[in-house]
Amino acid sequence: MRTAGAGFRNLRADFPLLAANPGLVYLDSAATSQKPGVVLDALRTYYETVNANPHRGAYKLSGAATEAYHGARAEIARFLGAADVDSLLFTRGTTEAVNLLATGWGVPHVHRGDRIVVTRLEHHANFVPWQQLARAVGAEFRICELTKDGRVDLDQLRLLVTANTKVVAFGHVSNALGTINDVREIVKIAHAIGAVAFCDGAQGAPHLRVAFDDLGVDAYAFSGHKMLGPMGIGGVIVRRRVLETMHPYQFGGDMIEFVFDGDTTWNVPPHKFEAGTPNVEGAVGLAAAVQYLDALGMDAVRAHEVALTRYAMEQLAAIEGLQLYGPHEADARSGVVSFNLDDIHPHDLSTMLDVDGVCVRAGHHCAQPLMRAIHQSATVRASFYVYNTEADVDALVESLQKAKTRFHAHA
Amino acid sequence: MSAELDELYQSIILDHNRRPRNFRVMEDASTHAEGKNPLCGDQLTIWLKLDGDVISDVSFQGSGCAISKASASLMTAAIKGKSREEAEAIFTKFHGVVTGTHPEDAEALGSLKALGGVSRFPLRVKCASLAWHAMHAALLRNDAAPAATPVSTVSTE
Repeated sequence: MRTAGAGFRNLRADFPLLAANPGLVYLDSAATSQKPGVVLDALRTYYETVNANPHRGAYKLSGAATEAYHGARAEIARFLGAADVDSLLFTRGTTEAVNLLATGWGVPHVHRGDRIVVTRLEHHANFVPWQQLARAVGAEFRICELTKDGRVDLDQLRLLVTANTKVVAFGHVSNALGTINDVREIVKIAHAIGAVAFCDGAQGAPHLRVAFDDLGVDAYAFSGHKMLGPMGIGGVIVRRRVLETMHPYQFGGDMIEFVFDGDTTWNVPPHKFEAGTPNVEGAVGLAAAVQYLDALGMDAVRAHEVALTRYAMEQLAAIEGLQLYGPHEADARSGVVSFNLDDIHPHDLSTMLDVDGVCVRAGHHCAQPLMRAIHQSATVRASFYVYNTEADVDALVESLQKAKTRFHAHA
Repeated sequence: MSAELDELYQSIILDHNRRPRNFRVMEDASTHAEGKNPLCGDQLTIWLKLDGDVISDVSFQGSGCAISKASASLMTAAIKGKSREEAEAIFTKFHGVVTGTHPEDAEALGSLKALGGVSRFPLRVKCASLAWHAMHAALLRNDAAPAATPVSTVSTE
């Protein structure tokens, strides 16, 4: 098998599921990534040697669990370029992180007559919480539209972000089109009028080097399971000055300081925002995942994906009747290609590809407002990650050609 | 070419997908209901005209995959002129065949048996059932007339 990007070895052997299924062509990493053996080993080792409830026990094992949990937090904060380790709040993933921001920050700060701005690219997890916050408090909810090739129209954004705008919420990378947003420019626009800038990094953190302290965003949310880690763990890094003004949104367990009959005081961040027994397993697994990514080098990961995406776009464009969505240049995208083929419904295509062992996503990608904007009810999405090779792209193209023949045989 | 795909995408299915029968809005329908599959964005409306207990006319419109469209098209042909009870009985048989729980009923389904291949693709059962659930909802809605809210069905099998 050839692999795209110079110096990047074929990594399938590191991923037990892929190693056990040599014929499987997994092209749905934007939904969830496969997990390397080192992550699975970390989960097992944690339970075999460390497991106890952190923070609560005055015995050594509980101390070890506490240490494992906070060691993981430090490792993940370092990976994402945040020096303030305690500004990283663990959540179940990006969806919970955005809900935490929309509720914990949004409710006390956004009022009737204020404006909330999102972009047309957002998936539902970074759209609906803001839409619902706006409805709940009587704020105005505005959507920044896209340019023809699927990028945020920054000129329109400059007009939309007015003096009464409290928050600009935007994705680092579009899950449906792969578009990489100009984070620094969006932050500049938001900060120019004093709005906060919240970045949904669900599709950014797995693929791009995130230097939180340099990016300028006020919060950056991410999901562990899309970056080689386990499901059910993710988080958000929140700039300290914003964090200090957030209210907790779930109550119980470690987030509490003192409880009196009439009121309660809160623990300090990050504990204040992590109610209940934490997902130590998930944190430990994600720490192992980011160490694996670090060893590869995020610049090498990016180079591999750009090469693979470029190859895929060239091969797909050669299929007659195939319509590609999103930016035309591979380096303006993360490893995502979204397309439709003739009038074949994406769901039918997905079934036909599946029979050849090719796993793609077919649907609206939890981005219905975006699908309406590109006048499609659904698309097929192939998304790449570190373990994919040009051979995977070749298998996709071959299977698409077969599907086309099958579908048109009876025309 | 895969044999199971040939069975799923038989020429009759592809034909009904391309040229769906009874594909129109019915202005004077007795009842109608919408079927939606939010996962893949499929959406169709079924209209029924009831003459006493008999479904004297049936039509549909909407967008969806080949399986859901062909199933809706074949359904309209299968239930036109049938009584409500007969239509529901066909649905029950059809359901048993597409889910694979009663494959022996396939022969009794006439041209609908072309959808039997769905049973080997469990993820596609809800595509094949969408129109049928909408038909069922439309009949229920007619019972409950005047309906206050639109009925939508989401198949969960």
